[in-house]
Amino acid sequence: MNIAAKTNVLNLSEEEFVYPGNRACSGCGLSILYRIGLKALGRDCIFVVPPSCLTVMQGLYPIAASQMPILNGTFASTAAIATGVRAAMKRLGKKTQVVAWAGDGGTADIGIQALSGALERNEDIIYICYDNEAYMNTGVQRSGTTPQGGLTTTTPYTGKKEQGKNMPDIVAAHNPAYIATCSASYPLDFHDKLIKAKEISGLKYIHIQTPCPPGWGCEEQMTVKIGKAAIDCGLFDLFEIENGKKQLSEPSKKLLKKEKLDSVRHYLSMQTRFKALSEEQIVVMQERIDKKWDGYRQEFGAG
Amino acid sequence: MSEKLIDSGNNAAAMAVQLAAAEVIAAYPITPQTPLTEKLSELIAAGEMDAEYVAVESEHSALGVCIGAASAGVRAFTATSSNGLLYMSEQLHWAAGARLPMVMCVVNRGIGAPWSVWNDHQDAMSQRDAGWIQLFAKDHQEIVDITLKAFRLAELVHIPVMVNYDGYYLSHTYMPFELPDAAAVKEFLPAYEYAHALDPQKPESLNTVTLPDSRNDTNGVKQPGYMDIRHNLHQEMRLAMDVLEEIDADYQQRFGRGGAPILDPYCCEDAEYIVVAMGTIANQFRDVVDRLRQEDGLKVGVLALQVYRPFPTAKIAETLQSAKGVMVYEKGLSYGNQGALYADLKSALYPYPARPQLHNFIVGLGGRDIRTEDLCQTLKTACQQDDLSAPEQTDAPQWIGLQL
Repeated sequence: MNIAAKTNVLNLSEEEFVYPGNRACSGCGLSILYRIGLKALGRDCIFVVPPSCLTVMQGLYPIAASQMPILNGTFASTAAIATGVRAAMKRLGKKTQVVAWAGDGGTADIGIQALSGALERNEDIIYICYDNEAYMNTGVQRSGTTPQGGLTTTTPYTGKKEQGKNMPDIVAAHNPAYIATCSASYPLDFHDKLIKAKEISGLKYIHIQTPCPPGWGCEEQMTVKIGKAAIDCGLFDLFEIENGKKQLSEPSKKLLKKEKLDSVRHYLSMQTRFKALSEEQIVVMQERIDKKWDGYRQEFGAG
Repeated sequence: MSEKLIDSGNNAAAMAVQLAAAEVIAAYPITPQTPLTEKLSELIAAGEMDAEYVAVESEHSALGVCIGAASAGVRAFTATSSNGLLYMSEQLHWAAGARLPMVMCVVNRGIGAPWSVWNDHQDAMSQRDAGWIQLFAKDHQEIVDITLKAFRLAELVHIPVMVNYDGYYLSHTYMPFELPDAAAVKEFLPAYEYAHALDPQKPESLNTVTLPDSRNDTNGVKQPGYMDIRHNLHQEMRLAMDVLEEIDADYQQRFGRGGAPILDPYCCEDAEYIVVAMGTIANQFRDVVDRLRQEDGLKVGVLALQVYRPFPTAKIAETLQSAKGVMVYEKGLSYGNQGALYADLKSALYPYPARPQLHNFIVGLGGRDIRTEDLCQTLKTACQQDDLSAPEQTDAPQWIGLQL
């Protein structure tokens, strides 16, 4: 397995692909990802975007916040439209990278059929899911990836009863060329995984945990801290799966060396969306994390 | 060289799409469309057609792939029937709103529930307000000719075109037809160009959120709001009728067939009573017209409507205004009201003071046999029914061949 190139703030490209000023909320995790991600993808790209915060962030007609060619499409068909753009590029003899960029609802719920189809056909596209764990663009309704216990406007008072879908696992069952998880708190990790994905043919799926201050219930300046806390407590893991082989990325890999992970309680306490969680639910959540990491230690050793 | 063949309607459509050099084809199987896309995949796999065939997981995705390909500057084609068309519905509106030139064959079939695989027009009728141009073919030759003209029309007016033909009556029957010469088609149908094709060299953001009001761009130039964009689609769709006539004239000059791209009349010159219908039933009525003229001395004719959207309001009203009676026979309806075609026709004739008496017949839903004898009888009765009954009675659709 190739180790992704290491980009740091000193050697990160200074070229900007977004204009100053956009319609994202302050503290938006997506806007960090978008700005840095585009630096990795470069100019020779076409984006396919379903209804999402990204639609709004990219600008309202006739003013755009992005310098890239963007095709806005219907909610359920991101991966299908990207397939069509890719087929057209093939006909035109262009290597232009086609990037589908959707939210968790557009990926794990309404868009899952088209994505599954594109995965099965192994379309040569990069599919990015920025997962803010609810329908944020419509005002915080529960989605398939909303975690258990999470308060949303459609899971009020007691929080969501069911566990969230594990989208990377669902994608992995299709055995695509490349899967990576990322976090808005580690944009350079995302950057380097995109650089790597560009070199791989077939479908590349990147799933990004993306803190959302208004949706998660936190101050705007907490976005990066919360994303890091999710990783430090072992709840959300950064990894890559290449040719079926899984490997933890550095921010998660280093946890293998720790005797004991940070308590999930700290991560949960940083956001109001988890305030309805009972003590028992927190204990169960912690047990699940511990069990997952016991497995990781067996699988990967002590790092 | 042009080629004379005897083959199925679905294969005729496939060969027309091959001649039109569609480059991206995405489709999902549904009866009775399936053999059309099977034929296309076979032509591509055999190296007889140079195109990408994308076997998608749904009709929604089929049109999604075409939307992506057409937006990126490549000629795209799909085909479907019945519930498949309905599953695409959102994408139909999207393709039209995005002004994407593409062509889709709809092999008309009844809609479930309950399931029916047999022919009627409810699928196409249900999508009449999606912003697509809707053309109807009556035989295999028309499937070929209309499909080729459809590509040029779509690309000239930037509006997607739906080519409708009757499931089984045309899709699965064999008829002789002529396939035009490939080089001549290439001259008739220039290479696909899309002014706003996705291109990193000149990036554009397509189909972005558009506000109710017009708004200046960063150069201070006023750009349309949502309502203005919609108005333009409507206006340009109305003008598409003239464009189709020009295309047809050119086609006729090159290939020797054409002359009736919008309305195809049969024995209408002196007709006192005119039948209006779409698709194969209009051809069936030619026999009926011959019989009633010969046996009963009735001056009847049949007018085949080849273009349902845009509705040829003025043309059809001018053709029909001096008739004594007009009988609309159709294979679909707007439930709780009347036949959709009948209601459109009535509205087209309303401004003309000498408008004829109108009759609406619903026929052949879900493949119910359309007996020529029934058509003769109902038409004859309608012609002789000059005394006006209560308006609400004459205006109500009459169902032919019910087995209640």
